[in-house]
Amino acid sequence: MNNPDTTPDPNKPHRLPPVAIVLGALFFLGLMGLMLYGVTRSDRPDRDSLPSALIGKPAPAFSLPVLHDPSIHVTDRQLRGAPYVLNVWGSWCPTCRDEHPILTRFAETKRVRMIGYNWKDEPSEALRWLEQLGNPYMVVIADQEGRTALDWGIAAAPETFLVDGSGIVRWKYSGAITQDVMDQQLIPALEKVEQESGGHKGAPDLGAQR
Amino acid sequence: MLAEIGQVLLILALLAAILQSVLPLLGAQRHLPALMATARPTAMLQLLMLLGAFVVLTLAFVRQDFSLRYVAENSNSLLPMVYRYSAVWGAHEGSLLLWTLVLALWSAAVSLFSRQLPEPVVARVLSVMGMISLGFVSFLLFTSNPFVRLLPAPAEGHDLNPLLQDPGLIIHPPLLYVGYVGFAVPFAFAIAALMEGRIDVRWLRWTRPWTNVAWAFLTLGIALGSWWAYYELGWGGWWFWDPVENASFMPWLVGAALLHSQAATEKRGVFVGWTLLLAIAAFALSLLGTFLVRSGVLTSVHSFAADPSRGLFILIFLGIVVGGSLLLYALRAPGIGGNPHDPKRAFALNSREALLLANNLLLTCACAMVLLGTLYPLLADALDLGKVSVGPPYFGTLFLLLMAPLVLLLPFGPLTRWQREQGLGPVSLLMPWAVLALVLGVLGWWLAPQGKLKAAAGIAAASWVAGGTLYYLWTRLRGDGRPKAETWGMLIGHLGIAVFLVGALLVEALNVQHEVALAPGQSVDAGGYTLLFEGVDGVDGPNYHADRGHLQVLRDERMVTRLHPEKRMYASGGQPMTEAGIHPALGGDVYVALGESLGDGSWAVRVQIKPFVRWIWLGAALMALGGLITAFDRRFRRLPEKFR
Repeated sequence: MNNPDTTPDPNKPHRLPPVAIVLGALFFLGLMGLMLYGVTRSDRPDRDSLPSALIGKPAPAFSLPVLHDPSIHVTDRQLRGAPYVLNVWGSWCPTCRDEHPILTRFAETKRVRMIGYNWKDEPSEALRWLEQLGNPYMVVIADQEGRTALDWGIAAAPETFLVDGSGIVRWKYSGAITQDVMDQQLIPALEKVEQESGGHKGAPDLGAQR
Repeated sequence: MLAEIGQVLLILALLAAILQSVLPLLGAQRHLPALMATARPTAMLQLLMLLGAFVVLTLAFVRQDFSLRYVAENSNSLLPMVYRYSAVWGAHEGSLLLWTLVLALWSAAVSLFSRQLPEPVVARVLSVMGMISLGFVSFLLFTSNPFVRLLPAPAEGHDLNPLLQDPGLIIHPPLLYVGYVGFAVPFAFAIAALMEGRIDVRWLRWTRPWTNVAWAFLTLGIALGSWWAYYELGWGGWWFWDPVENASFMPWLVGAALLHSQAATEKRGVFVGWTLLLAIAAFALSLLGTFLVRSGVLTSVHSFAADPSRGLFILIFLGIVVGGSLLLYALRAPGIGGNPHDPKRAFALNSREALLLANNLLLTCACAMVLLGTLYPLLADALDLGKVSVGPPYFGTLFLLLMAPLVLLLPFGPLTRWQREQGLGPVSLLMPWAVLALVLGVLGWWLAPQGKLKAAAGIAAASWVAGGTLYYLWTRLRGDGRPKAETWGMLIGHLGIAVFLVGALLVEALNVQHEVALAPGQSVDAGGYTLLFEGVDGVDGPNYHADRGHLQVLRDERMVTRLHPEKRMYASGGQPMTEAGIHPALGGDVYVALGESLGDGSWAVRVQIKPFVRWIWLGAALMALGGLITAFDRRFRRLPEKFR
């Protein structure tokens, strides 16, 4: 838009220099193309999610208390051996409410371990939330201060990670999981993980130290 | 019934827009005075219809007619009355209606205050404005209709976005839109001149006050938005380089360039093509801003709609308007500027023209830099370079680089003669002021407890601009008598920059921030103040519950004031909103935001001392005032020699 043509060539007062026209047109068309690209993907809820830097890398090491009994700690090592889904939520997060029924239905298939990650929440509020809406998680770990969340690169809730049996993060989604995301992304990603691990499907015990 | 009336009014507005864009233009091209004369009545008709539609929508909010989907989604029965009015423009559909209404107001103003202009010019200007309105009214009707019914009507609505339930946000959008949309007038004028194929400098004189008023309102709108972010978001920042802030800042920068180049064109007949291009660019950037905000292409606190059909509609419209204008410009502009070899228009490197050119280049470069930074994340994504976000490090650094020479050159502008300066005139005149600015800067460096370099730079830059500007005022008062309104406007605008520089740089340098956990009875010291925390209690507002903290602010053992920062949970849900407790003062604010409860009765509290932060908005207000005063120079209003 800011055509850099300030001083027309004095020798040809009645025409813009062709270079200026070509550059201006290219700039304008490029800008329009870029906008068009932006528009066509503006309805994707995950359009701004960073493809987690963690994908393909080991899940960050952590040791966090269990929401229902803070004297018990769960670590990343204990979770190894089979894939798990880590779902970040908080009772303060209205969007988490939206994805809750979908997660619950998925959890009922008992296909994979669902770990709840209660982020920056008041334990009493979180417990009440689970009482009201039901608890789809095998275990809920609580990160009240949000320090471990930094390692996971969690910027907003809800977020969902899929970690394979050897502790590698394989998939991540920011925003509420819809049925489409579940069917078209999470389940295929899980299938891939299961195939690679040689059809080992069963979910072993959590093995938390009691 | 209401919704149907609104619907009909919108359709009538569409018809009026069609008439307004077709008939006068046809008349101007074919030299038919009867058709040209339709310009004013159709513009008025258009205004009447849109005003009607706006009133209908407002009534629907006041009466809480939840059978309108837009009303149901953006208000509920608990919403206080004043916010029912502002909820009209609280979301996508209504704010577009406001946009269109503001455009109609500008068109009506043009039709009232354009008697000095030849009829064909008026016809073309109003016709171009009618075309823009046509685009927006169809956008309203076909993709964003605020009058869509929701059947069966719900008993209760959602809520107005709680962030918008704030006095500052009631007037922020209207002011911003008056500015944004106001650039349609110089734009329509530029297009009319290009269509006509010639430009009379006296017509340019007519557009100058319009640009000034639009720019002044845009300045106020942006400043108000910044002030709101400061007290409402709880971070104590005043500018975040958020894409939507940038979207309003780009037309502001180009608008500022346009103000100056228009003055040069009007007075000296130079930069004609450049002025026309800037007029097109300013409005194109307003449209781009509207597109960026309304399409949800970029992430921002402001983007609401993420419906691709809407984004696509504005994009196509933007493409037609801007592409068409630039094409017209490429075809016609080279022939319009008159003879470039005219010796009257020549100027030397040490002339005021050259300084204004530098001003324009710096401002447009700054705008291009903001545009690049704003769109870069999208570009990187499109080219598969990965996801990036561009933040303050990029903008801050580049902006400083571009603004430093601007500030340096500013005092020279008014003191330099047109065409050619004799010898070293202004340099020697300003030398004492440069020395004074440096001395004050060193003094600032000496006195500042922290951020010494920034504090010194801020003081030196501000006193340089203020000193140079006041010196110019002194020479004018001593010399050729009373300055005109135009000169006063320029002086006040430039002093506004000095005041702004004090605020922006000193708050950056001297800001003090403490994040502390406080139990009742505990206190914290910050920047010479002591804040004593008394505790938190619960309060209920009309549609929210709040935790309200109580703090005593003490200085030298004496209580200055009490602050009550709040954390509000609105009944409609969502994240908690902060209401900072602020003790405002010209020398610096005491700013307290309430964080989380930490159990055991103590709370996380963020205390900030923000020296001179008020000067930022005071400076912006002065700049706006300068623009307005310039606009009311009698020279622009004089009903002169009929020129044709």
